[in-house]
Parts: sequence; structure tokens; C-alpha cells
Amino acid sequence: MQDLDSLTRDLLDAIDACSDLASLESVRVGALGKKGRITEQLKLLGKLAPDERREAGALINRAKQRITEAIEARRSALEQLAVERDLAAGAIDVTLPGRGERQGGLHPVTRTRLRIEEIFRQAGFRVEEGPEVEDDFHNFEALNIPADHPARAMHDTFYFPDGRLLRTHTSPVQIRAMQSQQMPMRIIAPGRVYRCDSDMTHTPMFHQVEGLVVDENISFANLKAVLAHFVEQFFERPRALRFRPSYFPFTEPSAEVDIQCVFCDGEGCRVCKQTGWLEVLGCGMVHPNVLSACGVDPDRWQGYAFGMGIDRMAMLRYSVNDLRLFFENDLRFLRQFNRG
Amino acid sequence: MRVSTAWLSEWVETGWDTARLAHRLTMAGFEVEAIEAAAPPFDGVLVARIVRSEPHPDADKLSVCTVDHGGAETVQVVCGASNARAGLTVALATAGASLPGGLVIRQARLRGVESSGMLCSARELGLGEGHEGILELPDELVPGTALRQALGLDDTLLELNLTPNRGDALSMAGVARELSAISGAPLKKLEIAPVIAAIPDRFEVRLLAPEACPRFAGRVIRDIRPDAVSPLWMVERLRRAGLRSISPVVDVTNYVMLELGQPMHAYDLRRLKSRIDVRHARAGERLELLDGKEVALEPDVLVIADAASAIGIAGVMGGEKSGIADDTSDVFLEVAFFNPAAIAGRARRFGMHTDASQRFERGVDPRLQERAIERATGLLLEIAGGRAGPVVLTEEPGHLPARPGIQLDPAHVARLLGLRIPRAEIESILRRLGMQVAGAGDVLGVIPPSHRFDLSIPQDLIEEVARIHGYDEIPQSDALVPQIPLPASEHFVRRDRAAALLADRGYQEAINYSFVDASLQRAFDPDGELLTLANPISEDMTAMRRSLLPGLARVLGENVRRQQDRVRLFELGTRFLWNDGALEERLSLAGLAWGLAVPEQWGSERRQVDFFDVKGDLEALLSLAAADGSVAFAPASLPCMHPGKCARVSIDGRPVGWIGEMHPKLSKSLELKIAPIMFEIDYESSFSSEVVVYKEISRFPAIRRDLAVVLDERVTLNQLRESVSVSAGGTLKELRIFDVYRGSGVEPGRKSVALGLILQETSRTLTDADADAVVAAVVARVTQDHKATIRD
Repeated sequence: MQDLDSLTRDLLDAIDACSDLASLESVRVGALGKKGRITEQLKLLGKLAPDERREAGALINRAKQRITEAIEARRSALEQLAVERDLAAGAIDVTLPGRGERQGGLHPVTRTRLRIEEIFRQAGFRVEEGPEVEDDFHNFEALNIPADHPARAMHDTFYFPDGRLLRTHTSPVQIRAMQSQQMPMRIIAPGRVYRCDSDMTHTPMFHQVEGLVVDENISFANLKAVLAHFVEQFFERPRALRFRPSYFPFTEPSAEVDIQCVFCDGEGCRVCKQTGWLEVLGCGMVHPNVLSACGVDPDRWQGYAFGMGIDRMAMLRYSVNDLRLFFENDLRFLRQFNRG
Repeated sequence: MRVSTAWLSEWVETGWDTARLAHRLTMAGFEVEAIEAAAPPFDGVLVARIVRSEPHPDADKLSVCTVDHGGAETVQVVCGASNARAGLTVALATAGASLPGGLVIRQARLRGVESSGMLCSARELGLGEGHEGILELPDELVPGTALRQALGLDDTLLELNLTPNRGDALSMAGVARELSAISGAPLKKLEIAPVIAAIPDRFEVRLLAPEACPRFAGRVIRDIRPDAVSPLWMVERLRRAGLRSISPVVDVTNYVMLELGQPMHAYDLRRLKSRIDVRHARAGERLELLDGKEVALEPDVLVIADAASAIGIAGVMGGEKSGIADDTSDVFLEVAFFNPAAIAGRARRFGMHTDASQRFERGVDPRLQERAIERATGLLLEIAGGRAGPVVLTEEPGHLPARPGIQLDPAHVARLLGLRIPRAEIESILRRLGMQVAGAGDVLGVIPPSHRFDLSIPQDLIEEVARIHGYDEIPQSDALVPQIPLPASEHFVRRDRAAALLADRGYQEAINYSFVDASLQRAFDPDGELLTLANPISEDMTAMRRSLLPGLARVLGENVRRQQDRVRLFELGTRFLWNDGALEERLSLAGLAWGLAVPEQWGSERRQVDFFDVKGDLEALLSLAAADGSVAFAPASLPCMHPGKCARVSIDGRPVGWIGEMHPKLSKSLELKIAPIMFEIDYESSFSSEVVVYKEISRFPAIRRDLAVVLDERVTLNQLRESVSVSAGGTLKELRIFDVYRGSGVEPGRKSVALGLILQETSRTLTDADADAVVAAVVARVTQDHKATIRD
């Protein structure tokens, strides 16, 4: 029989030599199993005298413990190796493209419309809509534009054979809102509008958003403030505003609003034709005839209204230099607006 | 309107440079759209006189001119113009001169003859279109003077964009009046000496429509020289205002219109019969206009007529047969006031926008007629000689526009503007604008001047005060807003949510015009009535769309032509349903998909998008609002869709839209090699939603049983599902379809549908026996209903 020390050494060597979990397991069984060589040694203890037995037992148990620990250490090392090998085998080329659907997106005019709506909603404006096929009363008469008024020449109107028309602005929505709702009111009316005009800078259909606030003491000063706030939020930076006296049949006083050019900050560039200003808005205080036409008492109520082209705002916001691009629906154009 | 700043400064001297002038006018509502030089830059061009002109020895069309240019010696210039003749005063570009467009004149030899410069045409100097010959200058100009100086060409023109309410400013006098009010500088009034009648001749005028024409000043002028020419200063002023010189009579009427704002008309007296009637046209009356066009008149058109017939549309354009001719020596001048309402819109109706109609429909000062006729007479006699008769004023004062006073409360000014302007300032502004201001106490009594047609209510005056005081002076102040929240409804799906869902599934939003090509619309919907425009802008935009699909299909085609190989589009917009004279506008959501099912990529099957891919998108979309199980697809047919691949979509039995593959005939006609899958749903009916009510989640485990049912091809899944649901009862939580198989092992004409039954109770744990019982019931039912067999 081999002496304990040499047996222990052999076993420890064998453990170290194991390169996989299966051989380690057979070493373990060979040493510590029911018929293992260490187990055999323990079985022989019974044949020794009691005082020899105690001493020898302690030695054998110490050897058994060393071997057990060595096996456990080896097992953990082998398991670690196995994990690493599996991981190495599972490596992929992370630079291959991802799979799935490509992101679509909203039209830049819709995007702009939604932003404008959001900005005004936060300022307490409700969004109103109305029909696109209108009658003369809502599109013109109620807005203080009687037949043969020179201002009608500014609206190249599409007509239907029965005298109805495609709205030339979203002002009829204001008229309908005032006719049907209680004052005070604070609304914006975005939507499609139509003018019989088509060239570099005009399309026969485009988008407008108009605003209307009627209350007992709403003033021109309030109008100036709300538009300055809007423009600052829309362009995400403060812009100087310039209110120029103008004329609209439905407002008195009336103004056209220029904003400091968003491309050159007012220095003068091609877009602002070297003026430093961009015309973006028309506005004014609601004409008393308009209030009366809607059954609103102009002696008690007054208000402001404004209107702007959504497409034009989108052009300025996204540096689009040709209005017609919005209606060509070229995917190479549309996809540029899918971010954000 | 184009305004010469040099001419303007004769009326009012502000001391402002052009930039400041333009800015101040703009900020007072007289928008300066452009600032232009009266003449393009050139130099080295002198006034000169041709002393002698001889034919060129070697060229038929050239002449050799000896030219006096103010120097000690004359110079020799070769010229190709036929009007180069001795004695003519001309514009000489000397050697070294630079002309508009960068042309530099050099000493040259032309066919062997020395030429020291060039005699210029109007076009070569940027002074007009004339290029038939060289520019003929007035003889009073002194040779050697720089042409720019001699003609005052260093003038600046302002292009004013006047608003339609300011007809009073369509003249030098009007702009000057305004500028005086803006700047405070005094207005220099033009002195007009009345021309004493030299002959007694009068011509009768009858005002038969006094409400439309209440005032008419007329005058006979005889014996003018038909060969007289307009002086260069007048021609230049007309040119700078954008008008061509025609003849002294016409030029004078145009000049006075530009100067004072009063349009007028001159008739050849020989061609007038008996008298002038200002009356409404008779039904069916016709008139040939000065521009040669013949128009049919209607009774609401005011005409100038003689005893025989209409000779002009009042305030718009004169007639051909009574106009000034080359040999006219006796004229009758018409200087009238027409009510704007009698003129407005008429010019547009006849497609004529004239300087006269532009002014009359906006309003001409009803007190201007005598001044204007005296001014015109004076100028005409000066230029073309002649003898004037007396001014005959025919008037119906009761029909002249009234200028009732307006009460203006300074507190109203403050309330409307949000700025308190001192009463003294308000009064001062109104007076500067020519208004009479009176009134003790709080309220001002204001009478607007006769030339202003746009002032009738206090708000009109408040605008005047605000604009002269300066819009810039009005502060920005935030309105106080009541804290009433806006609606935040959960009863419908917001459009941006629905759009975002489609965008996230790869669809790109398009925006199409609401009018489409009628034939394309008919190709989709042959029986739908079309609402068509009376005045479409082009042949392919005549009909209001009944569906968004034709537009999307067109955009698909365009993108395919742009080499896109995979297209997914949607649009959210109005459809116009026109049925039996009633119009319904419905918000619609439509989409289409074409090309590969998923973008070309590695590790994924390459196949064309099919009905079920898009149906999946549509189901996801509808699930934003519709409860589980409430959406149904039933086989249907639609002219634009493949008859076997089209479904009517409904929610809780209410039809909301369609889905299908484009009919192969239609896709072929659209030149699409593969048919797109399309859907269109009505927005409102699809996206009304109810607020979610939480349902108890079962705490007990579910059991799944799979079943492969073989049945006839013609049995739809809906029918199978119905049988399964009825037989499985409430224990069936979910029915999954995880395979549909045809082929080996399944007889032709039949299909195998693999069902996954998810069974669960809310009150207890299901046992295997329970599940077996459900499966048995299902098997029995489908066998009975559909002659199905069960596959192992």
C-alpha cells in the first residue's frame, strides 16, 4: 500500500492535470468515491490500535480535505474556462446592420402645424376646425369683404358652379366659432386653404393657422406680446418683431409682422433680400363689423386676430427654399424630417 | 405705385435720406417694396448736337456725324441710326464712357472711318425700350452737359405697395400729404392758375345715374397742334412712374392723374354726337374699347355715352371710336367723380385693370375735379397750344359722399391699443392727416377729409393715431388669462397619435392637393359623383377628391419613377363626398404599401408586401381605439381593388373603411409592375374610443391546447373562429392562429389551420380534464359545422 503522503501528491497532480470536468469527476470518484483510494485508507483505520488510529485518522482526514479543496478549485477554474470558451464561440459581428422596419415619419408641414398647435395650446388656445368648402358669407361677407371689394382681388378664389367656394383662408372657422360659442374665446384655426395661384412661391393649396382672442379688454399690446412669445418658442430663440401698419378688411387697426431674419439674424442675406426682416404674419384688432356679423356685441367685446402660413413657417424653420417641395411628396425629401 | 423721390421733394422736404424715407413710409403703412435708381449707372455720356451728318463712304447703313459736345473742337462719330440728322440733340457716349451692362466705349475705326464715341438709344442708356433710333433730346439742353445732370437721372424711385383702402395715396399729392403728416414737414401746395375761357364752346353733359356719378367737370379745347410733342421732363416723369409717352393729350391726362390722383379722359370732339350721358348700360349693349377688345355690357355697368351709343366704361376705359387720334385738334375733357361702389369689380369683370379703375374703385377725392381740369388745361395749352372753353360743372350734390363726423374717445384709443396716448397728441395726429377736430369734454368730434374713403368708425381713427404715433411705441403686455384648462379627452384618438403609429411602422406621411384629376378619381370610383371646380387651375386638378387613394397612388408612381424600390405612404385629410347635391366633408386616413415586405436586409426573407402585412398595420392602427374582437374584415369588392383580395373593415358592425390589393388593371394603367396594398378608413368612426375600464386579471394558470383543423378552402377563418368561440365558451381566453398549411398530407381544395387555444378560468385552476372537455366540444362543433377533420 502506498503511503499517504505519496498518494496525496499523486492525487493532487492528477487533479491539476484534469482538462475537463469529466476527467476531474473521475479523479474525484477514484479518490473520494465509495471505493476511492482515500476512502480505502479510512476503511483500514478500524484495523489499527486505538491510539494509532486517532493519529492516522487525523492525517487521513487532513489529506482528504486537501484533495476535496483542490478538486473544488479545479472545478471552478474549469467551469470558468468553459464559460469563456462558450462566450468566445458566441461572438458576433456587431457592425452588421440591425433588422426590422425602417422608421417613417410625419410630413414637415404636419410637424410644423403640430408644434404651432402645441405652443398655442400651452398659452390657453383651443384648436378649432371647419369645412374647406365654404359659402360666400363665411369666407367673405362676415369678414367685412362685400362683393366687389378690392380686397377680393387679393384672394384668387376657386368657385364651384353653385356659388360655393374653397375657403381662401381659415377665417371662416373664426366666424363659425364666434357664431356658435360664448365669449370670451381664445382659439387657433389651422387648416388647408386654397387660392387659384401657382408659381415659384404659390401653390393652389397651402396651410394657414389663424388665431382669435375676444374678451372685454384684449388690446393690441396683448397681440404684440403673444406673437413675440410665439415666435420665440417656434424658433427657440428670441426674435425681434416689427409691426407695420397694413390693411385687412376684417381688422382695424391692422398690421403685418416682420421677424428678424432667422438666417442672418438681421444682418441681411439672400433670403430676407438684404432687409434683415422676414414677413411672416398678418394681424390686427377684430373689426367691429365682423363681431356684429357673428352676433357679438362690439361695444362690449373686442379682440385680436392673426394669421400665418404654416408652410412658410416650415420653410423658415427647416431651411426649405422651395414651397413646391412640400407637395411633390418625394420620399427623399420627406424622409429628411423623420428625426426628432 | 412708383414714386420719384426728386418729384416728391418738390412737394415736401423732409431732409431724410432715401433709406430713412423708405423706412418711415414703410412703418406708417406705405410699404416700400423696392428702391430703384431712376436710371442704371453710366458715366461719360454728354448732351451733344449733330452738326453735320454724311453717308459713310463704305457702308450703306452707317452715317458719319460731326458732333458738337461742348468742347473746343467737334468730334467725329460713326452712327447706324436712321434718325441721326443735323441739328438733332443727342446723347453722346464719349471714348472711355461706361454704359449700363458694363459696355465701355473706346475710340474705334468703323469700316475705315474713325469714331470717337457712340450716339446712344434710350435702351442703351437704360432709359426705356426705344431702340429704333438714337435718343432725341430736347433742343434746350446745352451740349457738353453731363446727361445724368441734364435729365436729373440721379433720382431714386420708391416702389410703394399701397393697401387697397388708401386710394387717396395713389398720387404724388397723396403720398406727399401722408409724408407731411408722418414727418411734420409742411406740404407745399401746388398753385394752379385757372385758365380763362377763350372760346364760349360747351358740350352738354347729363347725369342720368347721379348716385353713381354725381359730379362731372367738362371742357372743350379747340385747335391744339396735333404734331406737338410732350416735353422731356414730362416724358421722364411718366417713364419713372412706369407709363409710356403717347401723345400730349394722353400724356397730360396721365400726368395729372399721377400728380393729383384724378383720372380723366379726353375725347376727340369731332367724334362725339350731340351730348354726353352718364348712365347705366342697356342690356345687350356692346362697346369696343381703346385696346380693341369688344365687350358685352350689363345694366350694372356705368357707361359714358353720347346721343348714339356707349363710348366708354365709366372709370375704367374709354371706347375706341371716340379716342384721340393722330390728327385730333379739338378735344373734350372729362373729369368726373364716380362712386366707388359703381366702379368696384367692373374692371376685374372685364379683365382690365387700369390706372383709372384702380383709383376710382378705391375712391377719388370728390372735390378735386375743378383743380384737376384747370391743371390739365394749363399743361395742354402750354404744350400743344389751343383755346379753352369754360369749365362746365354738372353736379348732383345730394349724391356726393357724405363725411359724417366720428366721435372718438381717447379712453377707447387706450383700451384698444393698450397704450395711453395723450389727447393733445391724438388731436395733433388727426389734424396733420387733414381732419377737422373739435370737441369739448372727453370725446373728440372728428370729420375726415374728403379724400379719405376709409374712415367711418372710431377704430379707423384709432388705427390712424396708432400708425402715425408708431406701432413700435405700443408695448407688449401679456393678457390675463383665466385658469380654465383645455380639454384632454380620452374619447377619441388624437391625429398625431394615429400618424405616429403609422410612421413608426414605416409609413411616410404625404400631403396631396384636395383636387385631383377627374379621370384618375373615376378610375378608382367610377360611380361616385364628382364635385368639380368652376375655375380649376389646371386640367389635372378639376375634381374634389372622394378618396385619398388616387392621390397616394399618383405619389407612389412618382416615387417609383424616382427609383424608390419600397414605398409606404399615408395621408390624413378631407374627402369630399358629393351625393345628390349634398356635400359631406369627412376626415379620412389612407395608406398604401408597395415593394418588399421589410426593407432589404440580411437574415430575413425577401418577399413582396402582401395583404396580411398591411392588414397587420391596419389592425394595430384600429387597436388604438377599438376593443379586442370588435374589428372585423369581411370579403368585399370595390372597383379599384382585386376582387379576391379586398375587405370591408368594420368596428362593432359599423363599416369604417376598406383594405385590399389594387386591381391589376388599375395598377397596370398606373404603370406599376406590382400592385400596392391600400387601405382607407374614416377617421371619426374609427377612432372614437371609450375610457378604459380595468378587468380583473386571473390569478390561476392558463392551459394551452393546440389543434390542427382540416377544412374546405372556402371556409373563412371568421366562420371557423365563430364555431370555436361558441363551442369553447367563456373558458377560451384567446384563440391563436399559428399556421395555415396546404399541400402534402392535406387533400387539394382543403387547408389545415393550426389553432392555439388558451384556456383559463378566473375563479379556479383548470384541470386537464376541463381542457380535454373544451377541446372535445370544439372538435365536435367544427366537425359538424364545417365537415372538418382533425389532423394529428
